[in-house]
Amino acid sequence: MHSEFAIEARGLSKQFGELRAVSSLDLKVPRGEIYGFLGPNGSGKSTTIRMLCGLLTPTAGTATVLDTDIPGNSKDLKPKIGYMTQKFSLFGDLTVFENLQFIAEIYSYPFADRSTRIDALLDRYDLAAMRKQLAGTMSGGERQRLALACAVLHHPELLLLDEPTSAVDPQSRRDFWENLFRLAGGGTTILVSTHYMDEAERCHRLAILDHGVKVADGTPQELQNRTGMNIVEVVADDPYAAQAAIHDLEAVASVTQLGVRLRVLIPESHDRPREIVENTLAAVNLKATTSLTAATLEDVFVAVTMKPRRSG
Amino acid sequence: MKSLYRIMAIVKKEVRQLRRDRLTFGMIVGLPVIQMLLFGYAINTDVRDLRTAVTNQAGTHLSRQFVAELRQTQVVDIVDFVETANDLEVLLRTGKISIGVVIPHDFDRRVSDHSRAAVQLLVDGTDPTMLGVANQLRTMPIGFDSARSTSDLPQVIEVRPFYNPERRSPVNIIPGLMGVILTMTMILFTAVAIVRERERGNLELLINTPLSSTELMVGKVIPYIVIGMLQLALILAVGRWLFDVPVRGSIVDLYLAASAFVAANLALGLLISTAATTQFQAMQMMVFVLLPSILLSGFMFPFDGMPTVAQYIGEILPNTHFIRLTRGIMLRDAALAELLPDLFYLIGFTLVAMFIAAMRFSKRLD
Repeated sequence: MHSEFAIEARGLSKQFGELRAVSSLDLKVPRGEIYGFLGPNGSGKSTTIRMLCGLLTPTAGTATVLDTDIPGNSKDLKPKIGYMTQKFSLFGDLTVFENLQFIAEIYSYPFADRSTRIDALLDRYDLAAMRKQLAGTMSGGERQRLALACAVLHHPELLLLDEPTSAVDPQSRRDFWENLFRLAGGGTTILVSTHYMDEAERCHRLAILDHGVKVADGTPQELQNRTGMNIVEVVADDPYAAQAAIHDLEAVASVTQLGVRLRVLIPESHDRPREIVENTLAAVNLKATTSLTAATLEDVFVAVTMKPRRSG
Repeated sequence: MKSLYRIMAIVKKEVRQLRRDRLTFGMIVGLPVIQMLLFGYAINTDVRDLRTAVTNQAGTHLSRQFVAELRQTQVVDIVDFVETANDLEVLLRTGKISIGVVIPHDFDRRVSDHSRAAVQLLVDGTDPTMLGVANQLRTMPIGFDSARSTSDLPQVIEVRPFYNPERRSPVNIIPGLMGVILTMTMILFTAVAIVRERERGNLELLINTPLSSTELMVGKVIPYIVIGMLQLALILAVGRWLFDVPVRGSIVDLYLAASAFVAANLALGLLISTAATTQFQAMQMMVFVLLPSILLSGFMFPFDGMPTVAQYIGEILPNTHFIRLTRGIMLRDAALAELLPDLFYLIGFTLVAMFIAAMRFSKRLD
């Protein structure tokens, strides 16, 4: 049976002693897409990825990954997935070539095509010049390219990337995402965890995790369209004072300062959101202009991970 | 078949890493050689040339002849002649000599009178081996016309040192040292090799590949078995050239015994690696095994002379059994078939340690 989803999780949970790292997670990842896990540190991203590749046994719930049942015999699954760890986990005292060669041997890559494959990867990931360099002496971006090359060497159907860009510069991150899109274009399903908004925005689809609970999921566009919030942008002379004035309003869900601008989130249940803000500021003699804008992913993130405000 | 290739991949990687790790690589060769030189030359229970001073108050022909005889034993090296017994005590106290010989003025008469001692030895008792040596000197015949010495001082017990007639220390020490060196290097290398992988995060990568934990363990252990065998050859060669230590029994038996011993230590190393989270912890645990392996295995002190509790602990240690095997095979020309209990213990130890290590290891993956 060939499912249209690369990953399907049903009520997946993991308990570490007292800590509930992941709670009843439902997940559907379509094949050939880049699926993002967005969430702060400790939100259960890594734990979920580890359960999906059979490294950790779920406390409750099941998943089907590439038509293999979890929990179950993850042995058949391993040749079909590529995994990139959060921390660089290749061998620092082996050269770039030796690392790739080792991975090829471990995955029993067909001997006849081995060197062609390694050469192709060295070219593709711009590592050809560093072929004989020890992996331990490379920069963060270079290591990350090597790690990706090793993770995709055996043509995995599913690529699991655990915060792959946490230690690299912006340019390397852009190049890295170019590579991910190329892989997805070739039919590879990619599950990537991140805490960068701009990266989350590039995913075909994403789930936002908070304290082990999935608080929202969908395409970035869908998520931005259904925040349930009006976003009022305020440009004020004294943004700090303005923030203080608005912050405690009952109607205001959240205020974020971005330079001289404030982004004010007001639930859609309140009518005339601009007037609410303008009237409050006028009352304390603060000059400001307001406008309604579209939600960004950051607004979505703030809206869904917000703690419910005290009632009454 | 694929499994075999994966194990070979691990072996190849280990060897490459080992080759780049100068320190470890140096330890493989350097450690045995340095230890052999240290122990072989420095540890010498066969004491010779103790610094000695003499006060000869008799000054007779017989007393001078006695001093000459004393010198000939080579046990003492007479560095000084002084006037009084007090002078000897000063020299002893200041550590300038280890033995003082007092020849009283009535020496000639005392020699013929067997009820009284003819000579007094003042011995530095802070070192127990000195006393032993002095006791040896006590049996030295004084009388000098050979006919009398044999008849008047009949030797009650005759000691015939079997297997090491020259009583050379290296002959005793090197078979035991072999066990100590292999214990040290084998446990350390395996424990560190796996703990390092965990510390650096490599393990998280490896367990996500088709590689099984058994393949990983076997692949990691193979290079060190080879290294253990090379070290053994090195120790035997150095022992032969520098210290003339014989291998009287079969070299095949010796290598079989050593294989079992190396396997036992590697298994212990793997076990330690499942308990230690850092390389430093692994080393601490290695020392915990190493010290008893030196002190309680019969390497340093005769096993039978140890307190019962120490003997029990000693019986647990692989090195104790290996030392019995090596001394038997190398020095007493015993066949391995005659020493089976010790061999079986080593094999049993390996199996038990391996089993526990594998159980613990697979748990750690979850």
